[in-house]
Amino acid sequence: MEIPRHWRLQKQRYGLVGEICPHCSAKIFPARDVCPECGGEAKEPFRFSGKGSIYSYTVMNNAPVGFERGLPYTIALVKLDEGPTVTAQLTDLGANKVEIGMPVQMVTRRIKEDGDERGMLIYGYKFRPVMG
Amino acid sequence: MAEKEKGSLLLKTIRPVGIVGYGAYIPQYRLPAAEIARVWGQSEKAVPIKEKAVPGLDEDTITIGIEAARNALARADIDPELIRAVWTGSESHPYAVKPSSTIIAEAIGTSPHIQAADLEFACKAGTEAMVMAIGLVGSGMGDFALALGVDTAQGKPGDALEYTAAAGGAAFVIGPAEIALVEIISTYSYVTDTPDFWRRAYQRYPEHGQRFTGEPAYFKHMHTAAQTMMDESGTSAQDYTYAVFHQPNSKFPRSAAKKLGFTDEQIKTGLLSPVIGNTYAGASPVGLTAILDEAQPGDRILMVSYGSGAGSDALDLRVTDRIAERRHAAPTTAEYIARRIEIDYATYTRYRGILQTR
Ligand SMILES: [Zn+2]
Repeated sequence: MEIPRHWRLQKQRYGLVGEICPHCSAKIFPARDVCPECGGEAKEPFRFSGKGSIYSYTVMNNAPVGFERGLPYTIALVKLDEGPTVTAQLTDLGANKVEIGMPVQMVTRRIKEDGDERGMLIYGYKFRPVMG
Repeated sequence: MAEKEKGSLLLKTIRPVGIVGYGAYIPQYRLPAAEIARVWGQSEKAVPIKEKAVPGLDEDTITIGIEAARNALARADIDPELIRAVWTGSESHPYAVKPSSTIIAEAIGTSPHIQAADLEFACKAGTEAMVMAIGLVGSGMGDFALALGVDTAQGKPGDALEYTAAAGGAAFVIGPAEIALVEIISTYSYVTDTPDFWRRAYQRYPEHGQRFTGEPAYFKHMHTAAQTMMDESGTSAQDYTYAVFHQPNSKFPRSAAKKLGFTDEQIKTGLLSPVIGNTYAGASPVGLTAILDEAQPGDRILMVSYGSGAGSDALDLRVTDRIAERRHAAPTTAEYIARRIEIDYATYTRYRGILQTR
Protein backbone atom coordinates (compact mmCIF):
# COMPACT_ATOMS: atom_id res chain seq x y z
CA MET A 1 0.00 0.00 0.00
CA GLU A 2 1.38 3.36 -1.03
CA ILE A 3 -1.27 5.53 0.59
CA PRO A 4 0.96 7.52 3.02
CA ARG A 5 3.43 8.44 0.28
CA HIS A 6 0.67 9.64 -2.06
CA TRP A 7 -0.83 11.74 0.70
CA ARG A 8 2.44 13.57 1.43
CA LEU A 9 2.99 14.33 -2.25
CA GLN A 10 -0.55 15.52 -2.99
CA LYS A 11 -0.11 19.31 -2.86
CA GLN A 12 3.00 19.11 -5.02
CA ARG A 13 1.31 16.75 -7.49
CA TYR A 14 -2.13 18.31 -7.78
CA GLY A 15 -1.13 21.93 -8.13
CA LEU A 16 2.59 22.08 -8.95
CA VAL A 17 3.42 23.55 -5.54
CA GLY A 18 7.14 23.87 -4.75
CA GLU A 19 9.13 26.41 -2.79
CA ILE A 20 10.66 29.85 -3.18
CA CYS A 21 14.02 30.71 -1.65
CA PRO A 22 13.78 33.68 0.78
CA HIS A 23 17.49 34.47 0.18
CA CYS A 24 17.89 34.47 -3.60
CA SER A 25 14.24 34.14 -4.84
CA ALA A 26 14.99 30.91 -6.75
CA LYS A 27 11.86 28.86 -7.42
CA ILE A 28 12.30 25.24 -6.36
CA PHE A 29 10.53 22.12 -7.62
CA PRO A 30 10.05 19.60 -6.21
CA ALA A 31 10.17 20.97 -2.67
CA ARG A 32 13.41 20.03 -0.89
CA ASP A 33 13.64 22.73 1.83
CA VAL A 34 17.17 23.67 0.75
CA CYS A 35 17.85 26.08 -2.13
CA PRO A 36 19.85 24.39 -4.94
CA GLU A 37 21.14 27.84 -6.04
CA CYS A 38 22.47 29.33 -2.79
CA GLY A 39 22.28 26.45 -0.30
CA GLY A 40 20.08 28.47 2.09
CA GLU A 41 17.04 27.13 3.89
CA ALA A 42 13.90 27.47 1.69
CA LYS A 43 10.57 26.36 3.11
CA GLU A 44 8.16 29.01 1.75
CA PRO A 45 5.55 27.28 -0.50
CA PHE A 46 5.30 28.56 -4.08
CA ARG A 47 2.57 27.72 -6.59
CA PHE A 48 4.02 27.54 -10.12
CA SER A 49 2.07 29.12 -13.00
CA GLY A 50 2.03 25.80 -14.85
CA LYS A 51 3.44 27.38 -18.00
CA GLY A 52 6.55 25.98 -19.61
CA SER A 53 8.07 24.47 -22.73
CA ILE A 54 9.27 21.06 -23.90
CA TYR A 55 12.98 20.52 -23.19
CA SER A 56 13.03 16.91 -24.41
CA TYR A 57 10.62 14.00 -24.76
CA THR A 58 10.23 10.30 -25.45
CA VAL A 59 7.32 8.07 -26.45
CA MET A 60 6.61 5.21 -24.06
CA ASN A 61 5.45 1.95 -25.62
CA ASN A 62 5.95 -0.08 -22.46
CA ALA A 63 4.79 1.18 -19.11
CA PRO A 64 5.46 0.55 -15.44
CA VAL A 65 2.70 -1.22 -13.45
CA GLY A 66 -0.40 0.98 -13.13
CA PHE A 67 0.32 3.08 -16.25
CA GLU A 68 -0.56 0.49 -18.94
CA ARG A 69 -4.04 1.84 -19.60
CA GLY A 70 -2.78 5.03 -21.30
CA LEU A 71 -0.20 3.41 -23.64
CA PRO A 72 1.33 4.64 -25.79
CA TYR A 73 2.06 7.98 -24.09
CA THR A 74 4.69 10.71 -24.23
CA ILE A 75 6.92 11.65 -21.30
CA ALA A 76 8.61 15.03 -21.44
CA LEU A 77 11.12 17.11 -19.56
CA VAL A 78 9.28 20.41 -19.21
CA LYS A 79 11.21 23.61 -18.49
CA LEU A 80 8.90 25.69 -16.32
CA ASP A 81 8.79 29.45 -16.99
CA GLU A 82 9.97 30.02 -13.40
CA GLY A 83 13.16 27.97 -13.94
CA PRO A 84 12.99 24.36 -12.71
CA THR A 85 12.58 21.36 -15.03
CA VAL A 86 10.03 18.64 -14.28
CA THR A 87 9.35 15.22 -15.78
CA ALA A 88 5.71 14.65 -16.69
CA GLN A 89 3.34 12.93 -19.11
CA LEU A 90 1.93 14.95 -22.00
CA THR A 91 -1.80 14.70 -22.63
CA ASP A 92 -4.49 15.94 -25.07
CA LEU A 93 -1.89 15.93 -27.86
CA GLY A 94 -4.41 15.20 -30.59
CA ALA A 95 -2.88 16.03 -33.95
CA ASN A 96 -0.15 18.16 -32.37
CA LYS A 97 3.35 16.97 -33.21
CA VAL A 98 5.54 17.21 -30.11
CA GLU A 99 8.55 19.45 -30.69
CA ILE A 100 11.42 20.75 -28.58
CA GLY A 101 10.47 24.24 -27.37
CA MET A 102 6.72 23.69 -27.77
CA PRO A 103 4.82 25.76 -25.20
CA VAL A 104 2.78 23.66 -22.78
CA GLN A 105 0.57 24.24 -19.75
CA MET A 106 -0.06 22.16 -16.65
CA VAL A 107 -3.32 20.31 -16.14
CA THR A 108 -4.31 17.98 -13.30
CA ARG A 109 -5.30 14.53 -14.55
CA ARG A 110 -5.63 10.94 -13.44
CA ILE A 111 -2.10 9.53 -13.32
CA LYS A 112 -2.87 5.91 -12.40
CA GLU A 113 -4.93 3.57 -10.31
CA ASP A 114 -3.22 2.18 -7.23
CA GLY A 115 -3.86 -1.54 -7.67
CA ASP A 116 -7.11 -2.86 -9.18
CA GLU A 117 -10.58 -1.25 -9.42
CA ARG A 118 -10.78 -1.20 -5.61
CA GLY A 119 -7.64 0.90 -5.19
CA MET A 120 -7.04 4.61 -4.83
CA LEU A 121 -7.06 6.92 -7.83
CA ILE A 122 -3.87 8.93 -8.14
CA TYR A 123 -4.17 12.47 -9.58
CA GLY A 124 -1.33 14.72 -10.59
CA TYR A 125 0.15 17.15 -13.07
CA LYS A 126 0.50 16.51 -16.76
CA PHE A 127 1.15 19.03 -19.54
CA ARG A 128 -0.78 19.74 -22.73
CA PRO A 129 -0.23 22.05 -25.70
CA VAL A 130 -1.21 25.64 -24.80
CA MET A 131 -4.80 26.28 -25.91
CA GLY A 132 -5.78 28.82 -28.52
CA MET B 1 -31.43 42.44 -3.66
CA ALA B 2 -34.46 43.52 -1.65
CA GLU B 3 -35.51 41.87 1.59
CA LYS B 4 -37.73 38.86 1.09
CA GLU B 5 -41.36 39.95 0.69
CA LYS B 6 -43.79 38.05 2.86
CA GLY B 7 -45.42 35.19 1.00
CA SER B 8 -43.07 35.24 -1.98
CA LEU B 9 -41.90 31.84 -3.21
CA LEU B 10 -38.62 33.34 -4.37
CA LEU B 11 -35.41 32.72 -2.43
CA LYS B 12 -33.64 36.00 -1.78
CA THR B 13 -30.54 36.67 0.29
CA ILE B 14 -30.15 39.22 3.10
CA ARG B 15 -26.81 40.32 1.67
CA PRO B 16 -26.61 40.96 -2.12
CA VAL B 17 -24.58 38.23 -3.86
CA GLY B 18 -23.43 37.35 -7.34
CA ILE B 19 -21.14 35.24 -9.52
CA VAL B 20 -17.64 36.72 -9.14
CA GLY B 21 -15.97 34.13 -11.39
CA TYR B 22 -17.13 31.44 -13.80
CA GLY B 23 -15.33 28.72 -15.73
CA ALA B 24 -16.07 25.76 -17.95
CA TYR B 25 -14.28 22.67 -19.18
CA ILE B 26 -15.23 20.32 -22.01
CA PRO B 27 -13.06 17.33 -23.00
CA GLN B 28 -11.77 17.41 -26.57
CA TYR B 29 -13.07 14.09 -27.91
CA ARG B 30 -16.33 14.02 -29.91
CA LEU B 31 -18.42 10.98 -30.77
CA PRO B 32 -20.86 11.80 -33.62
CA ALA B 33 -24.40 10.52 -33.08
CA ALA B 34 -24.33 9.17 -36.65
CA GLU B 35 -21.47 6.87 -35.60
CA ILE B 36 -23.55 5.47 -32.73
CA ALA B 37 -26.48 4.99 -35.13
CA ARG B 38 -24.18 3.14 -37.54
CA VAL B 39 -23.04 0.68 -34.86
CA TRP B 40 -26.57 -0.14 -33.69
CA GLY B 41 -28.17 -0.16 -37.13
CA GLN B 42 -30.42 2.81 -36.41
CA SER B 43 -31.42 5.70 -38.64
CA GLU B 44 -28.82 8.48 -38.81
CA LYS B 45 -31.60 10.95 -39.51
CA ALA B 46 -33.44 10.40 -36.21
CA VAL B 47 -30.48 11.10 -33.90
CA PRO B 48 -31.13 13.59 -31.04
CA ILE B 49 -27.92 15.66 -31.36
CA LYS B 50 -24.96 16.09 -33.75
CA GLU B 51 -22.25 14.79 -31.41
CA LYS B 52 -21.24 14.46 -27.77
CA ALA B 53 -18.11 15.25 -25.74
CA VAL B 54 -16.23 12.21 -24.43
CA PRO B 55 -13.58 12.31 -21.68
CA GLY B 56 -10.05 11.05 -22.37
CA LEU B 57 -8.46 8.13 -20.54
CA ASP B 58 -7.06 10.41 -17.83
CA GLU B 59 -10.19 12.52 -17.32
CA ASP B 60 -13.08 12.18 -14.88
CA THR B 61 -15.46 14.38 -12.88
CA ILE B 62 -12.62 15.46 -10.57
CA THR B 63 -10.18 16.51 -13.32
CA ILE B 64 -12.94 18.32 -15.24
CA GLY B 65 -13.98 20.05 -12.01
CA ILE B 66 -10.40 21.13 -11.29
CA GLU B 67 -9.94 22.83 -14.68
CA ALA B 68 -13.37 24.51 -14.55
CA ALA B 69 -12.62 25.71 -11.00
CA ARG B 70 -9.20 27.09 -12.02
CA ASN B 71 -10.90 29.02 -14.83
CA ALA B 72 -13.51 30.37 -12.41
CA LEU B 73 -10.79 31.43 -9.96
CA ALA B 74 -8.80 33.13 -12.73
CA ARG B 75 -11.86 35.23 -13.63
CA ALA B 76 -12.70 35.88 -9.95
CA ASP B 77 -9.11 37.05 -9.35
CA ILE B 78 -9.28 36.15 -5.63
CA ASP B 79 -6.95 34.25 -3.32
CA PRO B 80 -8.31 30.66 -3.20
CA GLU B 81 -7.76 30.72 0.57
CA LEU B 82 -10.73 33.12 0.83
CA ILE B 83 -13.12 30.37 -0.35
CA ARG B 84 -15.25 28.99 2.51
CA ALA B 85 -17.05 26.11 0.75
CA VAL B 86 -16.53 23.74 -2.19
CA TRP B 87 -19.64 21.85 -3.32
CA THR B 88 -19.62 19.58 -6.37
CA GLY B 89 -22.83 18.34 -7.95
CA SER B 90 -22.49 15.22 -10.13
CA GLU B 91 -23.87 11.76 -10.70
CA SER B 92 -20.49 10.45 -11.81
CA HIS B 93 -18.20 11.03 -8.84
CA PRO B 94 -15.17 8.74 -9.35
CA TYR B 95 -15.47 7.33 -5.84
CA ALA B 96 -18.67 5.87 -4.35
CA VAL B 97 -17.29 6.90 -0.96
CA LYS B 98 -14.66 9.70 -0.79
CA PRO B 99 -15.60 13.23 -1.79
CA SER B 100 -14.57 14.74 -5.12
CA SER B 101 -14.84 18.18 -3.50
CA THR B 102 -11.85 17.73 -1.16
CA ILE B 103 -9.61 16.70 -4.07
CA ILE B 104 -10.78 19.68 -6.15
CA ALA B 105 -10.32 22.01 -3.14
CA GLU B 106 -6.76 20.81 -2.52
CA ALA B 107 -5.83 21.05 -6.21
CA ILE B 108 -6.94 24.69 -6.50
CA GLY B 109 -5.33 25.64 -3.21
CA THR B 110 -8.16 26.48 -0.83
CA SER B 111 -7.36 26.37 2.87
CA PRO B 112 -8.48 23.27 4.84
CA HIS B 113 -10.86 25.51 6.83
CA ILE B 114 -13.84 25.02 4.52
CA GLN B 115 -17.15 23.25 4.03
CA ALA B 116 -16.89 20.52 1.38
CA ALA B 117 -19.36 17.93 0.14
CA ASP B 118 -20.56 16.23 -3.01
CA LEU B 119 -24.17 16.67 -4.08
CA GLU B 120 -26.37 14.31 -6.02
CA PHE B 121 -29.67 15.17 -7.75
CA ALA B 122 -29.29 13.79 -11.29
CA CYS B 123 -28.81 16.74 -13.70
CA LYS B 124 -29.69 19.50 -11.21
CA ALA B 125 -26.97 18.77 -8.65
CA GLY B 126 -24.86 21.61 -10.09
CA THR B 127 -27.49 24.32 -9.72
CA GLU B 128 -28.35 22.97 -6.25
CA ALA B 129 -24.67 23.56 -5.36
CA MET B 130 -25.02 27.12 -6.72
CA VAL B 131 -28.10 27.81 -4.57
CA MET B 132 -26.30 26.47 -1.48
CA ALA B 133 -23.32 28.71 -2.22
CA ILE B 134 -25.67 31.68 -2.70
CA GLY B 135 -27.19 30.89 0.70
CA LEU B 136 -23.83 30.66 2.45
CA VAL B 137 -22.56 33.96 1.06
CA GLY B 138 -25.98 35.63 1.26
CA SER B 139 -26.30 34.86 4.96
CA GLY B 140 -22.88 36.35 5.67
CA MET B 141 -21.38 33.04 6.87
CA GLY B 142 -18.57 33.51 4.37
CA ASP B 143 -17.49 35.80 1.54
CA PHE B 144 -16.82 33.22 -1.19
CA ALA B 145 -18.06 29.74 -2.05
CA LEU B 146 -17.30 27.51 -5.04
CA ALA B 147 -20.13 25.58 -6.71
CA LEU B 148 -19.55 23.02 -9.46
CA GLY B 149 -21.78 21.02 -11.80
CA VAL B 150 -19.77 18.30 -13.57
CA ASP B 151 -20.45 14.92 -15.13
CA THR B 152 -18.95 12.16 -17.24
CA ALA B 153 -22.31 10.56 -17.98
CA GLN B 154 -22.54 6.97 -19.19
CA GLY B 155 -25.35 5.60 -21.34
CA LYS B 156 -25.85 1.85 -21.59
CA PRO B 157 -24.48 0.63 -24.97
CA GLY B 158 -27.41 0.50 -27.38
CA ASP B 159 -29.70 2.56 -25.13
CA ALA B 160 -31.31 5.78 -26.39
CA LEU B 161 -29.33 7.79 -23.80
CA GLU B 162 -26.03 6.61 -25.27
CA TYR B 163 -26.42 9.24 -28.01
CA THR B 164 -26.41 12.12 -25.56
CA ALA B 165 -24.69 11.08 -22.27
CA ALA B 166 -21.65 13.39 -22.36
CA ALA B 167 -18.85 14.90 -20.29
CA GLY B 168 -18.21 18.48 -19.20
CA GLY B 169 -18.63 20.86 -16.33
CA ALA B 170 -18.74 24.40 -15.01
CA ALA B 171 -17.67 26.13 -11.81
CA PHE B 172 -18.86 29.35 -10.22
CA VAL B 173 -17.27 31.42 -7.48
CA ILE B 174 -20.16 32.99 -5.59
CA GLY B 175 -19.33 36.16 -3.67
CA PRO B 176 -20.43 39.67 -2.70
CA ALA B 177 -22.51 41.51 -5.34
CA GLU B 178 -20.19 44.59 -5.19
CA ILE B 179 -17.45 42.70 -7.03
CA ALA B 180 -19.65 40.30 -9.03
CA LEU B 181 -19.76 39.84 -12.80
CA VAL B 182 -23.36 38.70 -12.47
CA GLU B 183 -25.88 39.75 -9.84
CA ILE B 184 -28.19 37.04 -8.47
CA ILE B 185 -31.65 38.59 -8.26
CA SER B 186 -33.40 35.54 -6.81
CA THR B 187 -33.74 31.76 -7.10
CA TYR B 188 -36.72 29.42 -7.01
CA SER B 189 -36.92 25.60 -6.95
CA TYR B 190 -39.69 23.08 -7.61
CA VAL B 191 -39.34 19.38 -6.75
CA THR B 192 -41.63 16.32 -6.71
CA ASP B 193 -41.19 12.55 -6.38
CA THR B 194 -41.24 11.49 -10.05
CA PRO B 195 -39.91 8.09 -11.27
CA ASP B 196 -38.50 9.12 -14.67
CA PHE B 197 -34.86 8.04 -14.32
CA TRP B 198 -32.79 6.25 -11.69
CA ARG B 199 -29.75 4.13 -11.00
CA ARG B 200 -29.67 1.71 -8.07
CA ALA B 201 -26.55 1.26 -5.93
CA TYR B 202 -23.77 -0.83 -7.59
CA GLN B 203 -25.44 -0.57 -11.01
CA ARG B 204 -23.27 0.80 -13.77
CA TYR B 205 -25.95 2.31 -16.02
CA PRO B 206 -29.19 4.16 -15.27
CA GLU B 207 -32.72 3.01 -16.06
CA HIS B 208 -35.48 5.26 -17.35
CA GLY B 209 -39.22 4.94 -17.02
CA GLN B 210 -40.33 5.56 -20.62
CA ARG B 211 -43.81 6.77 -19.70
CA PHE B 212 -42.42 9.31 -17.25
CA THR B 213 -39.76 11.08 -19.34
CA GLY B 214 -40.89 14.16 -21.22
CA GLU B 215 -44.25 15.62 -20.26
CA PRO B 216 -44.68 14.69 -16.54
CA ALA B 217 -40.97 15.01 -15.82
CA TYR B 218 -38.82 17.46 -17.82
CA PHE B 219 -41.57 19.71 -19.17
CA LYS B 220 -43.70 19.90 -16.03
CA HIS B 221 -40.81 20.80 -13.71
CA MET B 222 -39.01 23.13 -16.13
CA HIS B 223 -42.19 24.97 -17.01
CA THR B 224 -43.40 25.29 -13.41
CA ALA B 225 -40.02 26.54 -12.18
CA ALA B 226 -39.60 29.08 -15.00
CA GLN B 227 -43.22 30.29 -14.96
CA THR B 228 -43.34 30.61 -11.16
CA MET B 229 -40.06 32.50 -11.19
CA MET B 230 -41.44 34.96 -13.76
CA ASP B 231 -44.88 35.28 -12.08
CA GLU B 232 -43.32 35.96 -8.68
CA SER B 233 -40.82 38.41 -10.18
CA GLY B 234 -43.41 40.21 -12.29
CA THR B 235 -41.44 39.46 -15.45
CA SER B 236 -42.14 37.77 -18.77
CA ALA B 237 -39.92 36.21 -21.43
CA GLN B 238 -39.32 39.59 -23.11
CA ASP B 239 -37.54 40.89 -19.99
CA TYR B 240 -34.65 38.46 -20.52
CA THR B 241 -31.86 38.85 -23.05
CA TYR B 242 -30.90 35.19 -22.65
CA ALA B 243 -32.40 32.01 -21.27
CA VAL B 244 -30.66 28.70 -20.66
CA PHE B 245 -32.53 25.50 -19.91
CA HIS B 246 -31.51 21.96 -19.05
CA GLN B 247 -30.65 20.32 -22.37
CA PRO B 248 -30.90 16.51 -22.50
CA ASN B 249 -31.08 16.76 -26.32
CA SER B 250 -31.66 19.48 -28.95
CA LYS B 251 -35.46 19.29 -28.97
CA PHE B 252 -36.63 19.41 -25.33
CA PRO B 253 -35.14 22.83 -24.41
CA ARG B 254 -36.45 24.36 -27.66
CA SER B 255 -39.99 23.12 -26.93
CA ALA B 256 -39.84 24.26 -23.30
CA ALA B 257 -38.56 27.69 -24.37
CA LYS B 258 -41.27 28.13 -26.99
CA LYS B 259 -44.04 27.29 -24.55
CA LEU B 260 -42.65 29.83 -22.07
CA GLY B 261 -42.54 32.53 -24.76
CA PHE B 262 -38.78 32.56 -25.42
CA THR B 263 -37.44 32.92 -28.97
CA ASP B 264 -34.65 30.91 -30.60
CA GLU B 265 -32.55 34.10 -30.45
CA GLN B 266 -32.78 34.13 -26.62
CA ILE B 267 -31.78 30.48 -26.13
CA LYS B 268 -29.30 29.77 -28.95
CA THR B 269 -26.13 30.98 -27.15
CA GLY B 270 -26.67 28.70 -24.16
CA LEU B 271 -27.97 25.71 -26.10
CA LEU B 272 -24.86 23.54 -26.47
CA SER B 273 -26.33 20.03 -26.37
CA PRO B 274 -26.37 19.70 -30.19
CA VAL B 275 -22.55 19.94 -30.27
CA ILE B 276 -21.43 18.58 -26.86
CA GLY B 277 -24.35 16.40 -25.72
CA ASN B 278 -26.02 16.30 -22.34
CA THR B 279 -23.40 17.01 -19.68
CA TYR B 280 -25.97 16.21 -16.95
CA ALA B 281 -25.12 18.26 -13.84
CA GLY B 282 -22.95 20.41 -16.13
CA ALA B 283 -25.64 21.04 -18.77
CA SER B 284 -27.34 24.35 -17.94
CA PRO B 285 -24.24 25.57 -15.98
CA VAL B 286 -21.98 25.13 -19.05
CA GLY B 287 -24.70 26.79 -21.16
CA LEU B 288 -24.59 29.74 -18.76
CA THR B 289 -20.81 30.07 -19.17
CA ALA B 290 -21.26 30.37 -22.96
CA ILE B 291 -23.77 33.18 -22.38
CA LEU B 292 -21.45 34.99 -19.94
CA ASP B 293 -18.67 34.84 -22.57
CA GLU B 294 -20.70 37.26 -24.72
CA ALA B 295 -23.33 38.96 -22.50
CA GLN B 296 -23.34 42.74 -21.98
CA PRO B 297 -23.79 44.72 -18.74
CA GLY B 298 -27.49 44.95 -17.85
CA ASP B 299 -28.48 41.78 -19.71
CA ARG B 300 -30.93 39.69 -17.71
CA ILE B 301 -30.61 35.88 -17.86
CA LEU B 302 -33.07 33.16 -16.84
CA MET B 303 -31.42 29.83 -16.04
CA VAL B 304 -33.48 26.70 -15.32
CA SER B 305 -32.01 23.27 -14.60
CA TYR B 306 -33.80 19.95 -14.48
CA GLY B 307 -32.84 16.85 -12.53
CA SER B 308 -34.68 13.55 -12.79
CA GLY B 309 -36.37 12.26 -9.70
CA ALA B 310 -37.36 15.21 -10.09
CA GLY B 311 -36.91 18.96 -9.81
CA SER B 312 -35.86 22.26 -11.36
CA ASP B 313 -33.89 25.22 -10.03
CA ALA B 314 -34.53 28.62 -11.61
CA LEU B 315 -32.02 31.47 -11.25
CA ASP B 316 -32.76 35.09 -12.19
CA LEU B 317 -29.48 36.81 -13.10
CA ARG B 318 -28.33 40.25 -14.24
CA VAL B 319 -24.91 40.93 -15.81
CA THR B 320 -22.86 43.75 -14.22
CA ASP B 321 -20.31 46.25 -15.56
CA ARG B 322 -17.40 44.08 -14.36
CA ILE B 323 -17.98 41.32 -16.94
CA ALA B 324 -15.88 42.88 -19.71
CA GLU B 325 -12.75 43.27 -17.61
CA ARG B 326 -12.78 39.70 -16.23
CA ARG B 327 -14.11 37.41 -18.96
CA HIS B 328 -10.80 37.19 -20.84
CA ALA B 329 -8.89 35.77 -17.85
CA ALA B 330 -9.71 32.17 -18.90
CA PRO B 331 -10.52 30.24 -22.10
CA THR B 332 -14.05 30.73 -23.43
CA THR B 333 -16.50 27.86 -23.63
CA ALA B 334 -16.48 28.22 -27.44
CA GLU B 335 -12.70 27.67 -27.41
CA TYR B 336 -13.18 24.38 -25.58
CA ILE B 337 -15.90 23.33 -28.03
CA ALA B 338 -13.66 24.21 -30.99
CA ARG B 339 -10.86 22.00 -29.60
CA ARG B 340 -12.40 18.94 -31.26
CA ILE B 341 -11.05 15.47 -32.04
CA GLU B 342 -13.52 13.08 -33.62
CA ILE B 343 -13.39 9.46 -32.42
CA ASP B 344 -15.11 6.31 -33.64
CA TYR B 345 -17.20 3.92 -31.55
CA ALA B 346 -14.31 1.51 -31.01
CA THR B 347 -12.12 4.24 -29.52
CA TYR B 348 -15.10 5.38 -27.45
CA THR B 349 -15.46 1.92 -25.90
CA ARG B 350 -11.80 1.99 -24.94
CA TYR B 351 -11.90 5.54 -23.48
CA ARG B 352 -15.04 4.80 -21.48
CA GLY B 353 -13.82 1.48 -20.12
CA ILE B 354 -16.68 -0.41 -21.79
CA LEU B 355 -14.27 -3.03 -23.21
CA GLN B 356 -13.71 -5.99 -20.90
CA THR B 357 -10.00 -6.78 -20.88
CA ARG B 358 -9.99 -9.26 -18.01
ZN1 LIG C 1 18.52 30.55 -2.70
